[in-house]
Amino acid sequence: MNFDDTPQEAAFRAEAKAWIAANAPKQYEDELKKASLGRIQLRSANILEVAKAWQKKKADAGWAVPHWPKDYGGRGASPIERVIWQQEEGVFGKLGALFIIGHGMCGPTMMAYAAEDQKRHYLPPLASGENIWCQLFSEPAGGSDVAGLRTRAEKDGDDWVINGQKIWTSGAHYSDYGILITRTDPTVPKHKGLTMFFLDMKSPGVEVKPIKQANGQAEFNEVYFTDVRIPDAQRLGAVGDGWNVSLTTLMNERMAIGANVATGFPELFEFCNNLMLEDGPAIDARAVRSKLASWAVRASGLKYTSFRAISALSRGERPGPENSIGKLVAGAMLQDVATYALDLQGAAGVLSGPDDAEAAGKFQAMLLRSPATRVEGGTDEILRNIIAERVLGLPGDIRVDKDVPFNKIPTKGR
Amino acid sequence: MNFDFSDDQKQLRDEARRFLTEKCPPKAVREVIDGKASYDRELWKGLADMGFLGVAIPEAFGGSGAGHLELCVIAEEMGRALAPVPFSSTVYLAAEALMLAGSDAQKQKWLPAIASGAAVGTLALFEGSGNPSPDAIKLTASNGTLNGVKKPVPDGAIADFAIVAARTASTGRETDISLFLVDLTSEGVEAKALTNIDPSRGQAEISFKNVKAELLGPANEGWSILSRVLDRAAVLIAFEQVGGADRALEMGRDYALDRIAFGRQIGSFQAVKHMLADMYVSATLARSNCYYGAWALSTNASELPEAAAAARISATQAFQHCAKNNIQVHGGMGFTWEFDCHLYYRRSNALALGLGSLSYWEDALIDRMRQRNAA
Ligand SMILES: Cc1cc2nc3c(=O)[nH]c(=O)nc-3n(C[C@H](O)[C@H](O)[C@H](O)COP(=O)(O)OP(=O)(O)OC[C@H]3O[C@@H](n4cnc5c(N)ncnc54)[C@H](O)[C@@H]3O)c2cc1C
Repeated sequence: MNFDDTPQEAAFRAEAKAWIAANAPKQYEDELKKASLGRIQLRSANILEVAKAWQKKKADAGWAVPHWPKDYGGRGASPIERVIWQQEEGVFGKLGALFIIGHGMCGPTMMAYAAEDQKRHYLPPLASGENIWCQLFSEPAGGSDVAGLRTRAEKDGDDWVINGQKIWTSGAHYSDYGILITRTDPTVPKHKGLTMFFLDMKSPGVEVKPIKQANGQAEFNEVYFTDVRIPDAQRLGAVGDGWNVSLTTLMNERMAIGANVATGFPELFEFCNNLMLEDGPAIDARAVRSKLASWAVRASGLKYTSFRAISALSRGERPGPENSIGKLVAGAMLQDVATYALDLQGAAGVLSGPDDAEAAGKFQAMLLRSPATRVEGGTDEILRNIIAERVLGLPGDIRVDKDVPFNKIPTKGR
Repeated sequence: MNFDFSDDQKQLRDEARRFLTEKCPPKAVREVIDGKASYDRELWKGLADMGFLGVAIPEAFGGSGAGHLELCVIAEEMGRALAPVPFSSTVYLAAEALMLAGSDAQKQKWLPAIASGAAVGTLALFEGSGNPSPDAIKLTASNGTLNGVKKPVPDGAIADFAIVAARTASTGRETDISLFLVDLTSEGVEAKALTNIDPSRGQAEISFKNVKAELLGPANEGWSILSRVLDRAAVLIAFEQVGGADRALEMGRDYALDRIAFGRQIGSFQAVKHMLADMYVSATLARSNCYYGAWALSTNASELPEAAAAARISATQAFQHCAKNNIQVHGGMGFTWEFDCHLYYRRSNALALGLGSLSYWEDALIDRMRQRNAA
């Protein structure tokens, strides 16, 4: 058991540190520090441009997605070097939020299933942030039950013709490409009739409509497909094997989301450490301390759990279902931490404007965004199912539709 | 960075698990719980023969000098097996205090005896209710003579010697406290066993009437030595707690697979699955905090106080959470004397209190985090 860098890791860290010190967009450092959960806004600049510029700069120096192979825009860094990079990038890493889906999910799926020339063509601009990718999985009829999706793909010569609707697609409104799961055979049970593709979001027939979210922002979208043509060469995996392909994506999703999750704890600790209550500093109050301590050990527990996962990864083990723990713990924590921080603010806790609210409204924004964390990328319930079934070996849920042809499954509860 | 035990340490874990599965089945725990013995002497002897008692004791003092990571590995297995032996009092408290502060002669006398299983030791700190605090220590020492009463003292009724926290002055400062080493066969010592929520490990009251004792460590530095001992023991006991939590989770999982209700395995009901998933989550978070504590302990890192408090809190919560929900998964069976669920429930709650309660460690953690933030 050892926390020290090996000489090689120390050299990597020194190189990363020096490069970041010389190149990071420091003019935004303060704003990024204050930025809360959800989509970051900058007062003085367009976030999309700033984020793309930083990503491009990293790419030119070989720091974009460090753990990807060199040929695809990375530098072949080890899992531990990837963490070192994240530690050193610090607050500037927040600018990478726009690229998480592309780097964390679409990229790995392309690496596993695209042809070699496609990888060399599509992955470097994905790594460098020149192209943004989105993940077109969820539908009105299929969220947790991804395999319940209805978007049709029908073969026509060398092309597939897509018709249907996706929903909750993050970033679709500024994405260049997407990975898309469709139904190619409705007459077989639902998991067997799916096929995966990637597509150009500017293809004729793709229409993106932003949805206003509960927290007032608009990060996710509805995406409509009307006779959209996708060449068969852009199929990922075999026809009918889309479910297995999507599992690669989802497993990577959990790894990408789970490795570096926000819990809200550092923010809460800092807040309490400076807050005065009527009868003295908040941090001296017994009740406050007890809550802080409980959250502190959850946050540190998550951090060291991810270190254990990284150590396993470095030994060549594959990321397993136990990585579901990160978002499950962090999502509930964010919501509780935010609720508590507002409680400590008393009546003024209702105010959310950055100039009126405590801590620039960070906790108010956290409160309003945290419900999404518990839903996106697998709900708390689905994550618990995964732990219970795949880690602890408990029986699968009873799935009444498992062997029924898809077109015979009922579509409404009542 | 490598955040895992080494292959050798994992092998040691397997060895300890095999040994304890054979020598310490629930039946052995019950002999002690049912009052047929005050502890399992044969197991104690076996642990000595395996080298487990002296694993962190230097070779010069009769141990194997393997180290504290190895001790953590064994502690986890002791917790899994609910070993009914005075392991924590002797090995985590008494031996650690001796190693930190003992003179050469004191180490020479007691450490080899600990390693060979010949001596049981303990730490006599508490005097009734409350948490570790210099103010709570009323037992006095003057001219090397102790007067006062300690309780609860873990394994106090079977211990051969004790490290006793005593008041040597009344200035209201931590420096009022010194530590003493007492041979419990000395004149003036009286120990009586007390009933407690976890009879698999005894608790006692020990009274001292004009008992001659020798200083352990420098005079007036008792409290600072004690805090270091408590931090080290906190990590080790946290491993016992994680071992217990894991075992309680396994028992719940196994029962959920076996038991049928409404024509299904109860483990197919989502409410039960989710309860078990949450047990897994708490045990996993605790294990990860413990690994950090183990690293800090084994390297004597400046992070130890904070890491120890985090491991302690996390492991206390996890063991209590898993032990109580294990009973819930077992339904009525879980509440029978016959089933082993209550053994874990008892141990989880006893371990939660022995070194100072959860709220004490919560306080400590926040203090330590503030100090780091201020630094
Ligand atoms: C901010 C945000 C961004 C998103 N971004 C994307 C994206 O980029 N691409 C994409 O494809 N999707 C995206 N999603 C969609 C997300 O993956 C789904 O919302 C999620 O998987 C849940 O599906 P659902 O909304 O259909 O809810 P439902 O599946 O209808 O769930 C409703 C409730 O039923 C529960 N439930 C359902 N099934 C079970 C079960 N088997 N056992 C127990 N409980 C169950 C759920 O836990 C939940 O509480 C995003 C969602 C959010 C909130």
